[in-house]
Amino acid sequence: MITGQATQLKGRYDVVVAGGGPAGLAAALGAREQGAQRILVVDREREAGGILWQCIHAGFGLHHFKEELTGPEYAQRYLEQVLEKEIDVLTDTFVADIDRDRRLKLMTGREGIRVIEANAVVLAMGARERTRGAVRIPGTRPAGVMTAGFAQKVVNLHGYLPGRRAVILGSGDIGLIMARRLTLEGIEVAGVFEIMPHANGLSRNIVQCLHDFDIPLYLSHTVAEIHGRERVEKVTVAPVDAQMRPIPGKAWDIDCDTLLLSIGLIPENELSRQLGVRLDPVTNGPIVSSGMETTMDGVFAGGNVVHIHDLVDFVSQESLLAGRNAGLYVTGNRPPTDNIRLSPGENVAYCVPHTISSERPHTIYLRVRRPMEKCSIRFGTVLEKKLSYVFPAEMVTLTVQPKFLENFHGDALSVDVVAR
Amino acid sequence: MTDDRISHYLCIGCPLGCRLEVEEDARDTIVEVRGWSCKKGERYGRQEHTDPRRMVTTTVGIEGAALARLPVKTSQPVPKGQVTEVCRLLRTLKVSAPVRMGDVVLADIAGSGADVVATRDLS
Ligand code: SF4
Repeated sequence: MITGQATQLKGRYDVVVAGGGPAGLAAALGAREQGAQRILVVDREREAGGILWQCIHAGFGLHHFKEELTGPEYAQRYLEQVLEKEIDVLTDTFVADIDRDRRLKLMTGREGIRVIEANAVVLAMGARERTRGAVRIPGTRPAGVMTAGFAQKVVNLHGYLPGRRAVILGSGDIGLIMARRLTLEGIEVAGVFEIMPHANGLSRNIVQCLHDFDIPLYLSHTVAEIHGRERVEKVTVAPVDAQMRPIPGKAWDIDCDTLLLSIGLIPENELSRQLGVRLDPVTNGPIVSSGMETTMDGVFAGGNVVHIHDLVDFVSQESLLAGRNAGLYVTGNRPPTDNIRLSPGENVAYCVPHTISSERPHTIYLRVRRPMEKCSIRFGTVLEKKLSYVFPAEMVTLTVQPKFLENFHGDALSVDVVAR
Repeated sequence: MTDDRISHYLCIGCPLGCRLEVEEDARDTIVEVRGWSCKKGERYGRQEHTDPRRMVTTTVGIEGAALARLPVKTSQPVPKGQVTEVCRLLRTLKVSAPVRMGDVVLADIAGSGADVVATRDLS
């Protein structure tokens, strides 16, 4: 086991990172790279690495390590780097509170409650799965209804099979991956039901997780009712109308003992809210500058806590930036404040970061509201980039070079995705 | 050029998911692979059309460790038709802790030529 335990918890750190998943580990490395001295990563699990340990499939690291790794390999490589750089990793510990003076209240497994101080904080708490309550499926409340990520955890870490015959609601990547995983473990997957007219996961996962095993995908369909007293006995599924309501006349029942939900992730921002950083109502994550600094001085954020990413590589990349800027902040080298606000316009749900500077290159992440083919992204009138298609399920990434902003003197740029 | 000489695939080489077209001549020889954005996609198109293969990732039991399952992968892709068999064979395999990432837990599974290797340290 490569769990790192801080040998002796110090009273004050340069940078404390809340969360030891892929975001937190990258942030800690970024802070170290920029010369921060005492760095602590706090994680509530028994070992840092986050969700990666249970994501046993391949597909990680193509950007970052230039090879295709499984989740555990990606986690272990990162964790090894972190420990090599003598970054303290404190596991089995929960950050209960952060105040405006950047004092953190920790609940530790070994030492009870401890308060430590940080010159800078990186929020890297990640996200959690949406549950049945978020979509209000009618019916009974039997055992056997669980999130896809929970099923992944019990199957891949603990070796329990959740049932014998499963239905999956939602076509997010975790649901698709679990459709294959359950099939390979001998559980029959009756189908994946997606309320939207398009799949939510990556196309490669539709191919290698569903098509490879002849698992049907029903688009514009949903689970209309759950049946069963103690345990799920069957579910009623149905196509949906334009208002996304199930059409009763076309419903049918499927016998199953398990219903997996893969209906999206929510950034985990209870700490951010307590702390009082401003959140974006669309992303449900902190509003951040180009240096991934929140609206609160010295508090940075990166990864799924800011917005939900499709790929862990992007989580690492964004959080590395958050960590680097935390490092620059504590060493007194913080770059000048941003001077341009990005405002999401036509067919843009959100952009991260929320502000940029005309002096530095930036990577901008955005998500569209609806699919579009043959379109362009426009940054005001300064930059236009052609795209062959956009898709709400696929984050759009693009780089803006300072040269495009040389002759721009405004303080806000509208970002639009328009048909060509 | 008739359409039945063209097969469609989606490249699973990376998350981009390029849509590939593999064109054959009258003697079933591949004449062109189109639609890829990198060379890996071209290779994938040929491979998928003639001999589809997949990397297998699953878990095996582990004794004496903090967790009950050890994640593993095949050292190279195995024929697509063998994926289910590989997983079935591994379901009952049990190893003992400690294991290091990269350790071979089973050599040449199902005669596929691929080894099964651990994808993490576990003790
Ligand atoms: S062709 Fe290259 S870029 Fe396109 S999906 Fe395959 S590996 Fe990715």
